[in-house]
Amino acid sequence: MAHAHSSNFEANARAALADAQLQRALGHVRVNFVERRAAAAARLPEFERLRDRAVAIKDHTLAHLDYYLERFADEVGAAGGTVHWCADAAEARAAILAICRKAGARTVTKGKSMVGEEIAINAHLEANGIEPVETDLGEYIIQLRKEPPSHLIAPAIHVSKEQVADAFRAAHRNLDPARPLGEPAALLAEARAALRGKFLAADVGITGANFLVAETGSAIIVTNEGNGDLTQTLPKAHIVLTGIEKLVPTLEDAATLLRVLARSATGQEFSVYTTVATGPRRAGDLDGPGEFHVILLDNGRSAMLAGNLRDALRCIRCGACLNHCPVYQAVGGHAYGAVYSGPIGAVITPALHGLAGARHLPNASTFCGRCEEVCPMRIPLPRLLRHWREAEFERHLQPAVSRAALAAWAFLARRPRIYGPAAALAAAVLSRLGRRHGRLGSLPAPAGATFQQMWRRRP
Amino acid sequence: MSDRAGLLSAVRRALGRGELGVDERRELDARIASAESGPIPTRAQGERRELIDRFIAMAEEASATVRRVAAPGEVPAAVGDYLAAHNLPSRLRVAPDPAVADLPWRGQPMIDISVGAARAEDSASLTPALAGVAETGTLALVSGPGTPTTLNLLPDAHIVLLRAGDIVGSLEEVWTRLRRLGALPRTVNFITGPSRSADIEQTLQMGAHGPRRLHILLIDE
Repeated sequence: MAHAHSSNFEANARAALADAQLQRALGHVRVNFVERRAAAAARLPEFERLRDRAVAIKDHTLAHLDYYLERFADEVGAAGGTVHWCADAAEARAAILAICRKAGARTVTKGKSMVGEEIAINAHLEANGIEPVETDLGEYIIQLRKEPPSHLIAPAIHVSKEQVADAFRAAHRNLDPARPLGEPAALLAEARAALRGKFLAADVGITGANFLVAETGSAIIVTNEGNGDLTQTLPKAHIVLTGIEKLVPTLEDAATLLRVLARSATGQEFSVYTTVATGPRRAGDLDGPGEFHVILLDNGRSAMLAGNLRDALRCIRCGACLNHCPVYQAVGGHAYGAVYSGPIGAVITPALHGLAGARHLPNASTFCGRCEEVCPMRIPLPRLLRHWREAEFERHLQPAVSRAALAAWAFLARRPRIYGPAAALAAAVLSRLGRRHGRLGSLPAPAGATFQQMWRRRP
Repeated sequence: MSDRAGLLSAVRRALGRGELGVDERRELDARIASAESGPIPTRAQGERRELIDRFIAMAEEASATVRRVAAPGEVPAAVGDYLAAHNLPSRLRVAPDPAVADLPWRGQPMIDISVGAARAEDSASLTPALAGVAETGTLALVSGPGTPTTLNLLPDAHIVLLRAGDIVGSLEEVWTRLRRLGALPRTVNFITGPSRSADIEQTLQMGAHGPRRLHILLIDE
């Protein structure tokens, strides 16, 4: 995908709209995510109260994050694990590489981790002679295709089954080239067999975390495939790679958040595997990792605590805001050209990577507000997008044409005597152009009069 | 690297304050110790019989299968029936926990029984559950010397022994039971149905990486 890494949103969006295969794939979003979430929420009368409680838990935790981080780290240590405090991506990559080297690792299995994408850990491991293997089926597919994920929880949502078959034929060269791979079931069976060998061979397993529990020093991960469990159980060392905002105080708090997570993400009552991992294997255990490491990554998160953006740190990465966003539904995740796409991506990417390279993202929104309606954590996404648009204007990051047009509009808006006639002239011209053929003919034609004129003429 | 003090001071700077005082820390300690629950859904509450029925309904909705057996002594025959009915090899890897390892397996000479953690070639396993959660039809399984985690994950078919008396309403009741047992085990697996994936064209497929089948033997006594 040539346009996958570009930050030129307009060109990416145009290409995405013209991509028939992608448009077909995005059609699944409405049925599989939007309708199922609505059904799951409707089935649980307590859903709205659970959302309120979930917001309160995260707000409380973020306001006392220093305390909860310390308590968590102390409990991890008491359970025999190690916490690595990492200010940025480079420190996190170095910490992970050091653990892998000490374990003599040649193969590292990975559960799905957006933080892993954020710090580009796979490229770093490869550059150092270690093979990273994605084990979530969707992540495995896009790893073979050398693409970034296009969705928080369905990373290969843009890929057709024919494209998966092509990727598998290219990667699994030891198998019969004539084997039938037409059906998803055959593709799944092949991936299961291929990855089973990797699971058993891996020296280190890296997973993300959905929640970190301060009370017990536990990392909780949620999957439907069971790949996160095999990733953390079979190797010598388990690394949890996660951001500092994932803390919750107690197991009870985690239970409340779990009740809103699966319903908001896939519309399931509960995910298939919810796993609480605390420290390395215990004396007498017959399996489990001998080492337990937690990489606590800041990478711009602590700075978000200071202002409006703190609300975005409540995010539990369910993907509901992507699924319900008319822009995401139209162009998919790659058009955003960022690790985190959709409304939440447009809010946190400028915070994590700077506004200058991400100024297109807060503008990739219609401000329709559906994201905020469905966000289980009630993150005021439109308000936070507006925050970035204001910052963009204040820092003079917009193109000169946009600034000039806005300045001209402001000049007229402050002078009502000129504004009325100027608007009438513009409406008349546009109305005429809009009826022509050619490029301008696709414009929605104004009614031919301004609102003020119509108001005066009202009976 | 691993600059704990540096990261914590960045957090405090952004929060606009210094370290918390003794009183504030004590309040937060108390919040943790209170283990206060959020809203517990109505469906997680009810009489035992109601909760058992709800557990079965929710587990089946998640594509697990449930068979009720009257007593532990009937488990080996129920396992034999299950393996035969699904054309599975007559081999079973059993958790070392006496609750399953010490069952009267001699009555099932056709099944090749072995005890221990799962190996790559194991096709079916039997493990005991700590609890069942009625709210979502979820099994709670804990790691320990008698209950290796790999048995829950590697075999194609996972058979779980659950006592009806261990069915609780909510996740929170499992936390309470775990706290009573002492420090958390290395792993607590909450399992709701067999492994699945919808990553290829959003088409749901069973048996992604974990077991393709999850069968619950519910002991009524």
